[in-house]
Amino acid sequence: MPASAKRANAPSAELLEKLFRTAYKIRVFETEGIKLYRQGLIRGYFHPYLGQEGIATGVCAALSEGDIIASTHRGHGHCIAWGADVKKMVAELLQKESGYCRGYGGSMHIADISKGNLGANGIVGAGTPLGVGAALANQIKGNDAVTVTFSSDGGSNNGTFLESLNLAAIWNLSYVLVIENNHYAVSTRIEDSTREPDLYKRGLAIGVESHQVDGNDPLAVYHLMRDAVQKCREGKGPILIEAKTFRHMGHHVNDPGKYMPEKELAHYKERDPVDRARNALTEMTGIDKSQIDAIEEAIRKEFDDAVEFSKASREITLAEFQQFIDSY
Amino acid sequence: MTREIMYRDALREAIDEEMAANPLVFIIGEGIAERGGSYKVTEGLLGKYGPKRVRDTPIAEAGMIGVGVGAAIAGARPIVEILYVDFAMLGMDMLVNQAAKFRLMTGGNGRVPFIMRTQGGTGGGVAAQHSQSLEAMFYHVPGLKVVIPSQPADAKGLLKYALRQQDPVIFLEHKHLYMTKGPVPEGELVIEFGKADIKRPGKDVTIIAWSNMVPRALEAAAKLAEEGIEAEVLDPRTLVPLDKEAILASVAKTNRVVIVQEAVRRGGVASDICSIIQEEAFYSLDAPVEIVAGLNIPVPFNLELEKASVPQVPDIIAAARRTLHLQPRALAAQ
Ligand SMILES: Cc1ncc(C[n+]2csc(CCOP(=O)(O)OP(=O)(O)O)c2C)c(N)n1
Ligand SMILES: [Mg+2]
Repeated sequence: MPASAKRANAPSAELLEKLFRTAYKIRVFETEGIKLYRQGLIRGYFHPYLGQEGIATGVCAALSEGDIIASTHRGHGHCIAWGADVKKMVAELLQKESGYCRGYGGSMHIADISKGNLGANGIVGAGTPLGVGAALANQIKGNDAVTVTFSSDGGSNNGTFLESLNLAAIWNLSYVLVIENNHYAVSTRIEDSTREPDLYKRGLAIGVESHQVDGNDPLAVYHLMRDAVQKCREGKGPILIEAKTFRHMGHHVNDPGKYMPEKELAHYKERDPVDRARNALTEMTGIDKSQIDAIEEAIRKEFDDAVEFSKASREITLAEFQQFIDSY
Repeated sequence: MTREIMYRDALREAIDEEMAANPLVFIIGEGIAERGGSYKVTEGLLGKYGPKRVRDTPIAEAGMIGVGVGAAIAGARPIVEILYVDFAMLGMDMLVNQAAKFRLMTGGNGRVPFIMRTQGGTGGGVAAQHSQSLEAMFYHVPGLKVVIPSQPADAKGLLKYALRQQDPVIFLEHKHLYMTKGPVPEGELVIEFGKADIKRPGKDVTIIAWSNMVPRALEAAAKLAEEGIEAEVLDPRTLVPLDKEAILASVAKTNRVVIVQEAVRRGGVASDICSIIQEEAFYSLDAPVEIVAGLNIPVPFNLELEKASVPQVPDIIAAARRTLHLQPRALAAQ
């Protein structure tokens, strides 16, 4: 590629910084959130997004206001990349009234409908039909918004995957289905769940433009997604993206993940998406270490403040709950 | 000889013994083989019976339940393990329109000896999509047997019976019960469906409860005994078929009834049992039948609200006292 063409396609410093900030913020949220869980401050389920940060980061950076996302049980990263308020997320995990769902939902149900986040979901695969439905609504409303469902290797084996993607295809919806293929559904490997572990091929079978990308490379995810979004806005959707990745630990906080082969884990850890976002930023912009440190410091402080805020928040009262009860 | 073992171990014994006795028994589910299942019920079975009869599946509940029903129609004895009863909703067509209907539609020629094992109930903040008690959904559909054991011995004996009879069985476990212990006799233990069990005898009030509400009812009964009230705790163990005779016999003795269910109140099994009692035992009642049930609401994540959503021991005690006119109805917290 001639140097000029390379420059024209070169990511802006602003974009690179945004990608790093997002990926790092997710990393801090999950790492510190696990500590809160171990202290007994968070109950129920907590599925860390550690190791997969590159996907939410790259995908959401290519979206605009008015677009819509639907997420999974492993949804903290999607929320953060979508621009969620970390305070309200932590408060929700701590079952506080100031949380996104006022403590009614918890980790698996954080949503922000007014901002186009249809929410995490406790039912594997459920985000696909919901997302396609949102895309249908946008088509009927006549706007050019794009809807993205974050799904998973496990979710792609649920029957609604085929049913809903097929509907998106025959109706030419402005929809992107992102399969985060982290190779495992709890302890079951993707190779034990399907004969064809390259999941993007499923889209090809029903006439959907489909791609595969290294999910640990936030910039590569961003570029692919940017093109996908543009095609959707031109009425050439839907598009399927399979992003290959790997968890850094077990399925949830209490799963030691012993079934994950050490060598494979090491392979992916060497391709850590947060490190790659940081390296891309330093190498392509020449930003110095003190500036990186300042960014990291600010993000950690934002999280600490969120914890303080959440601890100081109250829980919903039984009297307030009564109003809800009466309405059902 | 009787030993104390855990509910999950009792379930495993039942599956193990029936797999050893009948080569047509097999089990499929998510993470049940190598990992031994989320509740360790199937631990060790893969090593013993091999990958042909102990199989992991993808996350495909509609498909899993469907192939289970098909295998049963074709003469095998499948056990399909569904992680949460909430996820069984993905397979409702196969349960409601296929498994439940097949026997009658074929004029009695076809049988569906299919078992879906799953678990429900609230437990530690797993929120609205992982906390439901959905027995009424299955209870409502003629053709399905609904089994809901509260103690290890019942779990074992009923599962063994399920594996020997010929109809589709919805086998409902509870996430809080897997680690509870109870006496289970050594050797053969088979418990027929439709036989209630008196978990504690008493003469003053009958408390009908199932699943995780049985330990709560027993706790309430122990507290009531301190006040001199002898509550009888009756566990139907299977909701379909329902042991009406045992219920009516107990009501004839105590003349007072409290029915406790963790499931939401509206359209619940408790309401149906209540209607049976008022129809067939109206003149032996000394007080209105009390129902203590979950609120008509999805279960909230917040632990205090979760607790407020389902019956607790004091709710059961208060209801029992109301039937004895020791506590005015107006003050009933429900
Ligand atoms: C319909 C349904 N079945 C089963 C589960 C239980 N479950 C929760 S997460 C999970 C594994 C999901 O794996 P995958 O879809 O690949 O997502 P990942 O955890 O890898 O992000 C399972 C089986 C569920 N939540 N919903
Ligand atoms: Mg996965």
